[in-house]
Amino acid sequence: MTFDDVLPYLVALGRCVFAVVFVMQILPLLIWAERKGAAYIQDRPGPNRAHVMGIRAAGLVHTLNDVVKLIMKEDIVPGHVEKRYWAAAPVIAMSVALCTFIVVPFGDNFMGYQLKVSDIDGGLLFVLAATGMGVYGVMLAGWASNNKFSLLGGLRASAQMVSYELSMGLSAVVVFLIAGSVSLSAIAEMQAGAIWNWTVFTPMGFIAFVLFWTAAFAETNRTPFDLPEGEAELVGGYHTEYSSLRFALFFMAEYANMIVASSVTATLFFGGYNLPFVTPAQLREHADWVLMAAALAAPTFVYFAYEANKRKQRPFYQALPAGDARLKEPMVFVGLWLGAAVAHVGIGIAGALGLASKLSLNFISFGYLESTAVFGPDLVTAIVGITVLAAKILFGCWFFIWVRWTVPRFRYDQLMDLGWKRMLPLALGNVMFAAIWVAFFPTGLISTLFGSK
Amino acid sequence: MFEAVLFYVFSLVAMMSGVGVVTMRNPIASALSLVVCFFFLAADYVLLDAHFVAVIQILVYAGAIMVLFIFVIMLLNLRHGDQLTFEDIGRRSIVGMGTAGLLAVGLFTALGQLPVVLPAQIPADYGTIAYIGKALFEGPYLLPFETVSALLTVAVVGAVVLAKKEI
Repeated sequence: MTFDDVLPYLVALGRCVFAVVFVMQILPLLIWAERKGAAYIQDRPGPNRAHVMGIRAAGLVHTLNDVVKLIMKEDIVPGHVEKRYWAAAPVIAMSVALCTFIVVPFGDNFMGYQLKVSDIDGGLLFVLAATGMGVYGVMLAGWASNNKFSLLGGLRASAQMVSYELSMGLSAVVVFLIAGSVSLSAIAEMQAGAIWNWTVFTPMGFIAFVLFWTAAFAETNRTPFDLPEGEAELVGGYHTEYSSLRFALFFMAEYANMIVASSVTATLFFGGYNLPFVTPAQLREHADWVLMAAALAAPTFVYFAYEANKRKQRPFYQALPAGDARLKEPMVFVGLWLGAAVAHVGIGIAGALGLASKLSLNFISFGYLESTAVFGPDLVTAIVGITVLAAKILFGCWFFIWVRWTVPRFRYDQLMDLGWKRMLPLALGNVMFAAIWVAFFPTGLISTLFGSK
Repeated sequence: MFEAVLFYVFSLVAMMSGVGVVTMRNPIASALSLVVCFFFLAADYVLLDAHFVAVIQILVYAGAIMVLFIFVIMLLNLRHGDQLTFEDIGRRSIVGMGTAGLLAVGLFTALGQLPVVLPAQIPADYGTIAYIGKALFEGPYLLPFETVSALLTVAVVGAVVLAKKEI
């Protein structure tokens, strides 16, 4: 068995690990962003106490504290629950949330390997199917907890998710019609190049986006659709009886679902891994320029460092006694931003020297992995793709947080009204409209009128 | 080889959970074993290159229909007190076995009519959505497909008429 035989399996394993790690790395960041966002929107301090050696790192340490706390807490199993199903529910919720991520592409390809976990023919249908399976986690939790409030929460969640799945699926159909494919890779590829190739900039694409995004809020049980855990009515809803890591799994599943919803929306409507006006082929060709452009970010970081330095003048730091570890905080931030600036200048110099176009696999592996393909441009393209998609995902997640702290909760009949009587007819009409539109402008309005792609 | 092992493992789990559907005492457990059964059937479909059928199996059966089943069971709150007695099971097993026998006869007749010789060349896009779409909307199955859709509409209208007191 040679290395080349094992390589496909290693690649498959690497892709799986990457997908899981990608979600799990954004999770703590999101929990931090949720708290900070809440604090900004509601005009209060937010997390600002936990620290490492006196450095509070803008509240980031709180997330670490949370993880330790949730692991160390006693795992209470109430006497009246249906144990097996009760224990299975959080696991189902979390694993389904992670599974959904496997069809999202991070780039067109890297050294001939596709940059996503699996290329199943179903594509987006798989996402819809997996989201459907997510109902079981919530439902089982509600039922197995064996109390009325949890059961009501579980029932609400499942009814709501089943109702909004329809509008979600029909909005996705519009994107299928425009792209002529259900594969997320093909949909992202179609949106490469000019920004008006993005699905959201077509009339039916825009309506589909609004419907899809609204349905995504309902599917992830986020405000204003968080009735399953409406604390004023249902204590904690379906996760009332859970504590310790089991509760953490539900908590993480909610955030993982947000990430998945944002990534699918970004891929369907906002060009996925594509930068506007730059195709992956152009990125490959001009990989050195991309590196040089990274140096342009350096002045921004220097400015951030300057701003961080001004924190010293804040009354808070003025009032601290001499020798307090927190006095070092502004300097730590300055150091971090300056380090980022230096790193970007370094990347820019590497680009100016033309290193990206010379970097090959033979060189990296000391000649062990022989390949004629050039490694550098592919690497740059992949990193740009992942960064762009991550930026879009983070913006989507921020939108979730923004809405949560701005909009109050729906009443249950309003929620059902919106789902069945407004969104569903609109989604159905939109599908008809999209079909007619695609029949008249098969390559898009602007391309059909001006004859350019 | 690897695929064969996977096929037997998936089929075994599917059959075991299928047996679980009728032997489990808790109604929720029965319904959940049916979900597991659907899930592993879908895995078998994937091994047979029928990705679309697999995804639809999960999307429609496991994701929508079984959710409604479990929903109803939860609302009715069937618990251990509602277990069937032995007499009930004895009487119902006759009906069940009769139905199973009919189904077996039907299946074997259908299998006997299958072309045993597989086509030498399986088309490259076999099992893809495009292939199934062409077969359903352009190929020989257009009429049966559209008839089924009309039948479903009739069923929906019938359900609404039966369920609604006043329309």
